[in-house]
Amino acid sequence: MRTRLLGAIALAAASALALAGCGSDDSGSGGGGKKITIGIKFDQPGLGFKVGDKYSGFDVDVATYIAKKLGYSADQITWKESPSAQRETLLSTHQVDMVVATYSITDERKKTVAFAGPYFVAGQDLLVKNDNTDITGPESLDGKKLCSVTGSTSAQKIKDTYANKVNLVEYPGYAECVTALNGGAVDAVTTDDIILAGLAAQPANKGKVKVVGKPFTTENYGVGLPKDNKTCQKVTDAIKSMIDDGSWQKFLDTNLEGTGYKPDSSKNPPTPAACG
Amino acid sequence: MSTQNVLFDAPGPRGRRAIMVGNVVGVVVVLAVLAVVARRFADKGQFAADLWTPLVHADAWTNFLIPGLVDTLEAAAMSIVLALVFGLVFGLGRLASSRAVRWVSGTIVEFFRAVPVLLMMIFFFYVFAVYNVFQSAYVPLAAVVVSLTLYNGAVVAELVRSGVHGLPRGQREAALATGLTSGQSLRSIEVPQALSAMLPALLSQLVVVLKDSALGSAIGYTELLQQARRLGAKDGNMLQSLLVAAVIFIVVNYLLTLVAGRARRRRRRSDSGQGANGATTAVATDVGVTPITGLGEGGRI
Amino acid sequence: MRTDGFVSQFADLFDEYDVLGAFWVNIQLTLWSALFATILGTILALFRISPVPSLRWAGTAYVNVFRNTPLTIIMVLLSLGVWTQLGVKLSGDFATNFFRFGVVGLSIYTASFVCESIRSGVNTVPIGQAEAARSVGLSFLPAARLIILPQAFRGSIAPLGSTLIALTKNSTVASVVGVSTETSSLLKNMIEFHSSLMVAIFLTFALGYVILVIPVGLATTALSRRLAVKR
Repeated sequence: MRTRLLGAIALAAASALALAGCGSDDSGSGGGGKKITIGIKFDQPGLGFKVGDKYSGFDVDVATYIAKKLGYSADQITWKESPSAQRETLLSTHQVDMVVATYSITDERKKTVAFAGPYFVAGQDLLVKNDNTDITGPESLDGKKLCSVTGSTSAQKIKDTYANKVNLVEYPGYAECVTALNGGAVDAVTTDDIILAGLAAQPANKGKVKVVGKPFTTENYGVGLPKDNKTCQKVTDAIKSMIDDGSWQKFLDTNLEGTGYKPDSSKNPPTPAACG
Repeated sequence: MSTQNVLFDAPGPRGRRAIMVGNVVGVVVVLAVLAVVARRFADKGQFAADLWTPLVHADAWTNFLIPGLVDTLEAAAMSIVLALVFGLVFGLGRLASSRAVRWVSGTIVEFFRAVPVLLMMIFFFYVFAVYNVFQSAYVPLAAVVVSLTLYNGAVVAELVRSGVHGLPRGQREAALATGLTSGQSLRSIEVPQALSAMLPALLSQLVVVLKDSALGSAIGYTELLQQARRLGAKDGNMLQSLLVAAVIFIVVNYLLTLVAGRARRRRRRSDSGQGANGATTAVATDVGVTPITGLGEGGRI
Repeated sequence: MRTDGFVSQFADLFDEYDVLGAFWVNIQLTLWSALFATILGTILALFRISPVPSLRWAGTAYVNVFRNTPLTIIMVLLSLGVWTQLGVKLSGDFATNFFRFGVVGLSIYTASFVCESIRSGVNTVPIGQAEAARSVGLSFLPAARLIILPQAFRGSIAPLGSTLIALTKNSTVASVVGVSTETSSLLKNMIEFHSSLMVAIFLTFALGYVILVIPVGLATTALSRRLAVKR
């Protein structure tokens, strides 16, 4: 028993070391190296989605394009999952070189990270069943059942500003909201329109749900960079050329094909702001 | 009561008939419940082939279910090993001769036994994410492992303590008589015996760890449940994917329970041979294990 | 100066968030689930020691399935499966609906542990008691009701107490079926929006559970000592 016990302790120590090792291993290498690490969402279909070792979505295409303009080919990119709660930390500790993950530019965030862009202007909208006609916007939600994700401000906004008699359910992810929508348990799902369109473009949902198409907020999606970056200007130029040479439209079309979703054309495509 | 049938007479002809009727009624009730569930499934189109066939495709297993199970097992294995270390340290701490050490160990153990694992996971997730303790990809895993270690380590500490307390007093007296110090007696005579008596209980604790690792889905750890949700979201067959994940959990845990039961019986046999079963009974009672039906795992959730 | 700021920030949190209310939700979840789990668990325990093989089989199957399923999966299945896909509703109002699903999930899960606690209590009753009951001519149900179960309940107080403690802590998992007012959801919100205070916030909630749980442990230990059948 004694030797077995010692073995167990040694194993535990080894795994503790392995864990500790993870903390110090710094893979973000800055601009000039051979590799670039980009933070994306792994669980947002149509935007940043991982299946097996394949990555797809609008954000993935945008990031690949920008990386190419910075001198990295697609196979020099290391993708890293960037959940909303971790994005600032990932950037400020240089674990990623940039974040392209439905990342809204806000003054609060500008205090800790830098942004290039916007490369897309999204707005909070509603996703409903295809045959639904009585939900036309946030004001028509009184008495309806609404789904959003835990800790998001989008659902609360509707409750506070538009319809206070909304029945609200919160799930950890939007995909679960769409499941509830398809099953008829909720009447609408709310978040940024392009995220909703990405969900609607999933093979399992195609033709069953639609985006209402009346965005009622403005979210400027930017490319998140470390505060002390040297690449902001290059990234901004890359975004401009992506919009000018038609790639931007192409990325949107291929990823959101068949959903009938059109981004708000009065705001899109946006003009990236100057760096500084 | 060593066998169940002392509770009732061997049934006579009338009793057998009544039991027969009872069996039939029981089967009918179970079938009726299943029929209602099946009806509901059918009404909602949940038997449609295209909801089930994606689950037999290689993609569902190689990209979702198997990686999920691997992550679940990984977190559970790390947690149980670390919990054993934590439990040994604080279990010995509770037996230490210094009052201060006993008090500190006792407070830590009682604290982590009282705090819900889900709260710990949420807390450690944010601590590790915001203060950059681990590289980002390992934050959910680390939060799961640390939380499971603290809770289950506290449980193991109690197992160690009650195991040592349950040893026949003669063991310690003999050790002291041969000139060992109190600490030496604890380390080389008492704890090893308590530990070997603990093995079955430790295996049952592994079931608890495996089940609790599913809480990791709440903080984005890509274990089996989380992967089943992603799979269900991708193919639009949430109910079916979740059912498959549940079956995998039940099979793995049931096998572990069987192994634990086997280890327990083997120990009991070898103990009664050596006449040193004091430890077994003590450990066993503490965790609600009962010698009669062998399966009593009372308060263990 | 800094500590002043910290204390007042911390105090403001309690004005903004209803921490006590969140604990009250968990207590309600626990009490309702304890009630239903005790009823269901006792029935299952009777099944498991009954003379009818099919009932014994059903009891064993139930315990093996639900003791080995993570509570989280039961909750997710209730929410995403039973509610959204099968369209089962327990109330028209969302909050009530989710609360009831939470109680259902906790009860289903906990019942298997109540069953095993009672069965382990049955095992503390000496064979002589059952033999004596039989020899004076009592059949299964009267013997169980008059002789075995009253002693068994005393023997199962300690494991039932641990089950109640586990249930109290498990009530946080109700957040998975959409009970958004209980402690784990509130903890998450508070930490997310006030991450500088996260340690203090966590310790507050942890202390709340220590205060809830430790008396239960002490009470059941004392009770099981007092009620122990002297042999």
